[in-house]
Amino acid sequence: MSAIELSPAWVLILGGALVPLLRGAARAVWAVALPLIGMAALAALPMGEFGQFSFLGYELMLMRVDRWSVLFGWVFLIAALLSAIYSLHVRDWIQQAAGFCYAGAAIGAVFAGDLLTLFVFWELTAVTSVFLIWARRTERAYRSGMRYLIVQITSGMLLLFGALQQVTATGSLEFGHIGLDAPGGLLIFIAFGIKCAFPLLHNWLQDSYPEATESGTVFLSAFTTKLAVYALARGFAGTEALIWIGALMTAFPIFYAVIENDLRRVLAYSLNNQLGFMVVGIGIGTELALNGTAAHAFTHIIYKALLFMSMGAVLYRVGTINGSELGGLYKSMPYTTVFCIVGAASISGFPLFSGFISKSMILSAAGMEGLLVAWLVLLFASAGVFHHSGIKIPYFAFFAHDSGKRCAEAPANMLAAMAIAAALCVGLGVYPAPLYAMLPFPVDYVPYTGSHVLAQMQLLAFSALAFAVLMRTGIYPPEQRWINIDSDYTYRRLMPRALRLAARGFDAAHAHAIALAGGLGEMLGGRLRSGYGPEGRLARTWPTGSMALWAMVMLLAYLLLYYL
Amino acid sequence: MTEAKPKDGERSRWLDRKENVDKVYWGVWVLCALLIAVEPLVHMHAEIAFAEWFGFHGWYGFVACVALVLAAKGLRVLLRRPEDFYERD
Repeated sequence: MSAIELSPAWVLILGGALVPLLRGAARAVWAVALPLIGMAALAALPMGEFGQFSFLGYELMLMRVDRWSVLFGWVFLIAALLSAIYSLHVRDWIQQAAGFCYAGAAIGAVFAGDLLTLFVFWELTAVTSVFLIWARRTERAYRSGMRYLIVQITSGMLLLFGALQQVTATGSLEFGHIGLDAPGGLLIFIAFGIKCAFPLLHNWLQDSYPEATESGTVFLSAFTTKLAVYALARGFAGTEALIWIGALMTAFPIFYAVIENDLRRVLAYSLNNQLGFMVVGIGIGTELALNGTAAHAFTHIIYKALLFMSMGAVLYRVGTINGSELGGLYKSMPYTTVFCIVGAASISGFPLFSGFISKSMILSAAGMEGLLVAWLVLLFASAGVFHHSGIKIPYFAFFAHDSGKRCAEAPANMLAAMAIAAALCVGLGVYPAPLYAMLPFPVDYVPYTGSHVLAQMQLLAFSALAFAVLMRTGIYPPEQRWINIDSDYTYRRLMPRALRLAARGFDAAHAHAIALAGGLGEMLGGRLRSGYGPEGRLARTWPTGSMALWAMVMLLAYLLLYYL
Repeated sequence: MTEAKPKDGERSRWLDRKENVDKVYWGVWVLCALLIAVEPLVHMHAEIAFAEWFGFHGWYGFVACVALVLAAKGLRVLLRRPEDFYERD
């Protein structure tokens, strides 16, 4: 039982709950110590399965410690440490408390050995993380957070329904390989898919992450989506549909990223694109591909946090993160600029940076399986991600035309967090052996061959050339103060309108029905009138009836939306 | 980087000068040329046959990015809305 007591999940959740009691230096020390204590707890965990007990006749397993869960546990703790240091200047205790509980919940979910435990932590990540969005304390963030919460809770509900179908059919709640054809498999697949931001289920991510606080987005970027990647890798490795879903995910967000003005939203689109690479790896399902997915999740969490930290620092100092209003900030924030460029080089997969040693595994796996179309799409997406994350982000924020804005360099704690993340990005890129040693399967892969390096450098250099030529010729679309509609248009605009229209039609029908009932009442006499007339029982039940109908219509609409 | 206007009292930066921005621009061209030039010296090995074509990754990257930007530029006309679009009504 010692493993349960020392679970890093509970270290963070209980430790996070204590944050509001502390002030000043004590809270700062506590915030940095918590992830470190979590790491010590994780290092002390023996491999194996712990915390089995019976609940209502079903076998639960709170802790499954194996190579998958340990790898994700480590990177989640690293992300928690980076986020904690980055948010040290924040006086608002809600952010740190919510952030730690959120990180702990994600770690708890990663170690869950059964679907019910997974469900509990799955929902806990939703209800803790929404406070990181609400902490922005704007009307916009509040609404965005509500939408985020509805989507996340829906994902949890589908997971629960799927788990119940599985337990009814098989009598087991075990969280192992599931597959689409298993009882409840499709529901669980969609539940994971929502959190993983599958195409058309993705827009909660770009909607909510850029609305959170500077520190909140750093926390958010690490956990929810990578928990979903982990869950998919556990439950649906080798599911062919994932190759195509993933390929689509790598490709379509980059079109949005090119024209998006909010630079943190650009990063949210590129986060979606990076998830696509991992999903393709899961779909291929070979040892090399799954190793690639695990490695890419690990490196991605760190460089994505680094990029969000650098943009958060800009937002914190300048007060805006719109590309159209930024530029020339390298003069004011030189260190942040350098850290941002390290993150950009990592996500782009430059040799000697972390993205290179992980993404190339997935591409090689796709090539080895002869998946020509998927491979070409991934290569396109690799070029595209350099274009919008690698060049656009640092270019429009720190270079481009000088916006005339001058500000202070980021606070010391933000710089420290960025420096650690940047060091990890370079360290993993130069010396990937320790990461490779942690991967789920034995690694027989050499990233640094002359052929790999040259091919990747050609791809990146010519992508940069395309950007330079398009910029110089004025063809590149300038950053403008527009927003772009995405699939959120359906539930933020079309559905409310359709419902309003339906409500108007419903009111009219309602009036007709009452008139008709009244007319019938005249004909059939007082007895019928007392039951069905305008003052009658049936008419009285109309408002409750319509409420129930409304609730049902809305539920159906949500369900339909997420099935499509 | 096209508008070089250091504020009063600020030291001029290297990138503030137009000719240095030009140097960066032509530097990218030179880098691309070098990366193509060294290809015969490296044994290219790829899982997919045509990826071994001469300079494949180079022209694919260039064409992909130009196509991406042009397509996105076109899509923007369809997708863009005023900033307060969802805050209305």
